[in-house]
Amino acid sequence: MKTNTFIYILHLADSALILAQRNAEWTGYGPVLEQDIAITNISLDLLGQSRNFYQYAVSLYNNFNEEEKQAVDKYIPRLWKEYKRELQEDDLAFLREEHQYLNLLITELPRGDWAQTILRQFLFSAFQCFLYQQLQNSADKQLAAIAEKSIKETSYHLKWSSEWVIRLGDGTGESNQRIKNALTDQWMFTGEMFVSSIYELADVSSLKEDWTKKVESIFSQSTLEVPKQSWMQSGGKEGRHTEHLGYLLTEMQYLQRAYPNAQW
Amino acid sequence: MIDEKQIWSILEEVKDPEIPVLSVIDLGIVRSINTGDYKVEIIITPTYSGCPAMDVIAMDIRLKLIEKGYRNVSVQQQLSPAWTTDWISEEGKQKLKAFGIAPPNPKQQFCTSEMFQQEAVQCPRCNSYHTELISQFGSTACKSMYRCLDCKEAFDHFKCH
Repeated sequence: MKTNTFIYILHLADSALILAQRNAEWTGYGPVLEQDIAITNISLDLLGQSRNFYQYAVSLYNNFNEEEKQAVDKYIPRLWKEYKRELQEDDLAFLREEHQYLNLLITELPRGDWAQTILRQFLFSAFQCFLYQQLQNSADKQLAAIAEKSIKETSYHLKWSSEWVIRLGDGTGESNQRIKNALTDQWMFTGEMFVSSIYELADVSSLKEDWTKKVESIFSQSTLEVPKQSWMQSGGKEGRHTEHLGYLLTEMQYLQRAYPNAQW
Repeated sequence: MIDEKQIWSILEEVKDPEIPVLSVIDLGIVRSINTGDYKVEIIITPTYSGCPAMDVIAMDIRLKLIEKGYRNVSVQQQLSPAWTTDWISEEGKQKLKAFGIAPPNPKQQFCTSEMFQQEAVQCPRCNSYHTELISQFGSTACKSMYRCLDCKEAFDHFKCH
C-alpha cells in the first residue's frame, strides 16, 4: 500500500509541476503586465505544491525496504542511482524520463494562445479544487495536510480563470472564437481526470458531477456549451504521453542533464 | 535547559526577506518552539506553498540563533493547520500599513471567493476606501494590486488567505 501512496503522490506532483512549467512560458510574454504576473504567480503556487508532494514522496522512498524499492523502481531515475546518496526532491523532478511521469495529459499540452492557457487552467483548477477538498479528509495525514494547504491557493486560481473564461467567451467575436477552438482541442483530455488508476488513493469518479456542474455554470455565463463529444484520450496516469512532454522536459531538465548533481 | 521565552524574543529579530518590516513572529509562521538542555527545535508553517522566502527564512532563523550562541538548532516545516492571514499580529498589520501595504481584512468577515467581487480595501496612504482592484496577483504570492481612486496611488494589498 505504501508503494501505491508513493506512486499516487508522484502523479499529483507531476501534474502540478508540468503545468507550472507550462504556465511559466508566459513569463515576460503575458498579454498585459498584470496578467503576466498573475499566470506566473499561479505557476509559482503549483511549483510549491509539487515540491511539497515530491518532498513527501522522497521521505517515503528513503524509508522503503528493498522489496518496496523494487516495486516502484520503474519510476526512479537511472542517473540518480549513480549518485550513491539518498533520493532528493530534485532528482524526481529533473532526472526522470517521459514515460516515468504520471501527470494528466491536459497539463502538458502546449501553451497555445491566451484562450488555450485560460481554458486549461480553468478545467484543471476546477478539478484540483474538488480533488483537494476530498484529499483534505484523507487517512494519510501528510497528504491531507498538503491538500489543506493547497486548496486556498487553488481557489484563487479557479476564481481568476473562471472570470477569464467568461471574459473571453462573452467578449468579442475574436475572443469567443479562440476559446471555442481551445475547447475543441482540450475537451478530450478532461475524461482522464475522472478515471481511477490502480494506484489512485482518491475516488476521482465521484468528483465528476461537481466538476461538470461548475463547468456548466461558468460556460452558461460565457455563451459556451459543453461539447457533446464523448471519446476521451487517456494515458498520462500510466506514463503514456503526447509528443509535447518530451520537448517540455528537454528545456526543464537542461541544467541537471548538462551538469549532473549541480547544487545552487 | 534553554529558556523558550528567550528564543521567542530572538525570533523577533528575524525578518521576512521580502517584507522586511515584518518579523517571523508578526507573520504568525512560528507555530511552536521546543527546547531541551542543548537543542532548539522550531516549527514553522509556510505562507504559500511556493513562497521562495520560506527557505531563506528557515536559514535566517538558524543563522540568527547560531549567532546568539545556540549551536544545535533544527527548523521543521509543518503544513497543517494551514497558515492564514488572520495569524498576522495586530502590530504586524500596523507595520504593513506604515510600510505602504494595505493589510489583509479579517478572513471570516470579508474574504470572498465570488467571481467579480471585490473586497473593500483601505488605501494605506490616504485611508480612503474608494479603491479598486488592478490584479488579484501581485509582486509576491501573498499580495494583490490595488489603486486608490482618491489619491490616485497604486498600492499592494496583502490578500486574505
